[in-house]
Amino acid sequence: MGKLVALTGNYAVAYAAKYARVDVIAAYPITPQTSIVEKLAELIESGELDAIMIRVESEHSALAATFGAAIAGARAFTATSSQGLLYMHEFVHWTSRARIPAVMAIVTRALAPPWNIWPDHSDFMDQRDAGWIMGFAMDNQEVFDLTLQAFKISEDPRVYLPVMIGLEGFILGHTTMPVELPEQEVVDQWLGPRKQEYVIDGKEPLALGNLAWPEDTEEMFMEIQKAMDNAKKVIKEVDEEYGKLFGRKYGGLIQCINCEDAKYFAVSMGAWSGDLIEAVNKLREEGYPIGVIRIRFCRPFPYEDIWEKVKNSKGVIVFDRSISFGAWGPLFTDLVTGLYHYTNNLPIMSNVVAGIGGVNITYNDFAKLLTSFIETIEKGDKPPVFTWYHKR
Amino acid sequence: MVKEVQIVKTGIKIPLAKPKVGVAGKTGFWRITKPIVNYDKCVKCFLCEIYCPVNVIRVEPDQGPVIDYDYCKGCGVCVDVCPTGALELIQEE
Amino acid sequence: MTASSPQSPKPRPPLPYNMREVVLPGDAACPGCPIPMAWKVLSAVFGEKMILVIPACCSSVVVGAYPGNSLKASVVHVAFASAAAVASGIAEALRKRGITDVQVIAWAGDGGTADIGMASLSGAAERNHDIIYIMYDNEAYMNTGIQRSSSTPYGAWTTTTPIIGKTEHKKDVAKIMIAHGVPYVATASVAYPHDLYAKLQRAKKIRGFKFIHIHAPCPVGWRFDPKYTVRIGKLAVETGLWILYEYYDGKIHLSGPSRPYIDPKKRKPIVEYLKLQGRFKKITEDKIKEIEKYVEQHWEWIKRHM
Repeated sequence: MGKLVALTGNYAVAYAAKYARVDVIAAYPITPQTSIVEKLAELIESGELDAIMIRVESEHSALAATFGAAIAGARAFTATSSQGLLYMHEFVHWTSRARIPAVMAIVTRALAPPWNIWPDHSDFMDQRDAGWIMGFAMDNQEVFDLTLQAFKISEDPRVYLPVMIGLEGFILGHTTMPVELPEQEVVDQWLGPRKQEYVIDGKEPLALGNLAWPEDTEEMFMEIQKAMDNAKKVIKEVDEEYGKLFGRKYGGLIQCINCEDAKYFAVSMGAWSGDLIEAVNKLREEGYPIGVIRIRFCRPFPYEDIWEKVKNSKGVIVFDRSISFGAWGPLFTDLVTGLYHYTNNLPIMSNVVAGIGGVNITYNDFAKLLTSFIETIEKGDKPPVFTWYHKR
Repeated sequence: MVKEVQIVKTGIKIPLAKPKVGVAGKTGFWRITKPIVNYDKCVKCFLCEIYCPVNVIRVEPDQGPVIDYDYCKGCGVCVDVCPTGALELIQEE
Repeated sequence: MTASSPQSPKPRPPLPYNMREVVLPGDAACPGCPIPMAWKVLSAVFGEKMILVIPACCSSVVVGAYPGNSLKASVVHVAFASAAAVASGIAEALRKRGITDVQVIAWAGDGGTADIGMASLSGAAERNHDIIYIMYDNEAYMNTGIQRSSSTPYGAWTTTTPIIGKTEHKKDVAKIMIAHGVPYVATASVAYPHDLYAKLQRAKKIRGFKFIHIHAPCPVGWRFDPKYTVRIGKLAVETGLWILYEYYDGKIHLSGPSRPYIDPKKRKPIVEYLKLQGRFKKITEDKIKEIEKYVEQHWEWIKRHM
């Protein structure tokens, strides 16, 4: 099969881009993403990766150049974090609205001021309206697998949308874990050559982005919503196929752990899901009927899949590592709306926002929050809809 | 050797436009004044064809400048650059 | 637009015929607009085989609305600050794919180049990507309604300098590009198409980052009758205010049309240029003196680097 190596999350991203045979990389360094760019530069200069790196002068130019390369037919890739992602936000929208396949890794980090280099999901979730497919990994093996799959999903003609893959800065980015690397020939066979709806390389005169009247514009954007819907199917297919070829299947848009006969569910996304799973496993031993739903893709939002699991449950607690100021955690908000498609009688739902600015949330914290949630409902009371769980 | 990319068209509506004459309609309707040619004075220097911003003047080898009045905006640049005064601006009807 | 009979061979006119095919009539430009004039010269050199990367500017709208485009060439519209960056990406992708017969041209206004686009311009120039960056200079943010840019000349009226007029001199982007050490920098004018044509042909043969600064008089923004676009462009050169030159091989090569004006006595009086433009209606004597001083300083710099 493949070979097992010890890689940091950042290196896993770099190697995934290498296996995908990217053509052009345009990236700007920012803590905690820097080692991705450095590793890719090393792979290119040593000859291991046949790609061109554009050492751009800013993140705005990074995604602009990645977009340009993608338009002209290159498999293009970039990576960033936090302030850098915010700086390129204009192009996040530009790339998806141009329906151009591209892949970007986000090594998530809190937003400033104050300066803060520790991980949360604020930068990532700030992009959720733009029309990118957004996936999030829990460990470095998944970082590798998701980044590689991102190219396949993005270039699928039913989708034709760019994909961003999140991984927590430092927790995954700088932590070494075992990662199994696949065989290049199998990857080549599975991924194939780059596909896109159109290319601008001088063969025929085409203009991208001319002014469009309101009705035309809205029709174009409605196509994006349709593509997002198609993406749900494509993500599941890619997950299945990847499982057959490379031996690792994750379950599609969500991953459910300890869900059989669960009466309560804890929902989360990202690396801290590992701590959440440990807490849930321990609580299961103590008799609490609780399972974990780990969201792997928050765009398109997998409300149908989650409904299947939680439809008869007594309570669902959603952990968010970001907040929409003035409202609640985004995963919670999307989930409640998603479930409302099916019923006016939602299970009891609670949102816990925590870990913002990189505050370390351990499995003890999760255990405490979960037991409190379950016992409150068992008593016949209603837990608070929204809590910002802070600790010092 | 060119590295090809697979163009798989799906018919989705995308912001892609193709070359078209008259994207702003028949811009001849914009005119207030109109350039006319005095073929006796014309020396076929081509300056009017070179400078015309809507690219509607064609200097024919035998005849001289032919103007497509469907799109001529009546700006008068051709009149101003003509070295022999062979072009003149008249009021549009 | 014309049929030629196959029997009798017609005498070839002194005009590259590509010039007829690419800039299509009926675009949305104002009458007398310099932009399509310059595009015709571009098409004389490159024909259809060019990809214009256009940030927000008048050109974004001149080409018309979806699903039509007034150029028979490729266009990529991009966000305001990013023309140079997107052009870099396209150029590298084409290089990787082995496509060598298309010219990538970043076509941006003075706003998108000298102001909001300065950072990405500097980055692309420093990395020496094989593109041509053309800044067409109509000396204000024309597309949003004639607001002041760093390229607006001293004393000019704009909607954001409506009473006092601009209080700073023009930012000299060509000099900034020379300081970047790129292989080719040139200034040009829509009033001198043959000169622009020659410069584009020279740029086509050079590998690396090329920068061309085109003077583009705007009838609406500068307040003059549209038929004077070329006349005003010529006066800019004849008064010595706009200097046509190329910079390569480490020095300035003064272009033909500007050579007489190295001698201050041969230059036409600045007022001849200013009086035709409504934007200089309120200009005062001492402001004109200031402009003359600036022109002379600019010529001194040119002479020192020839």
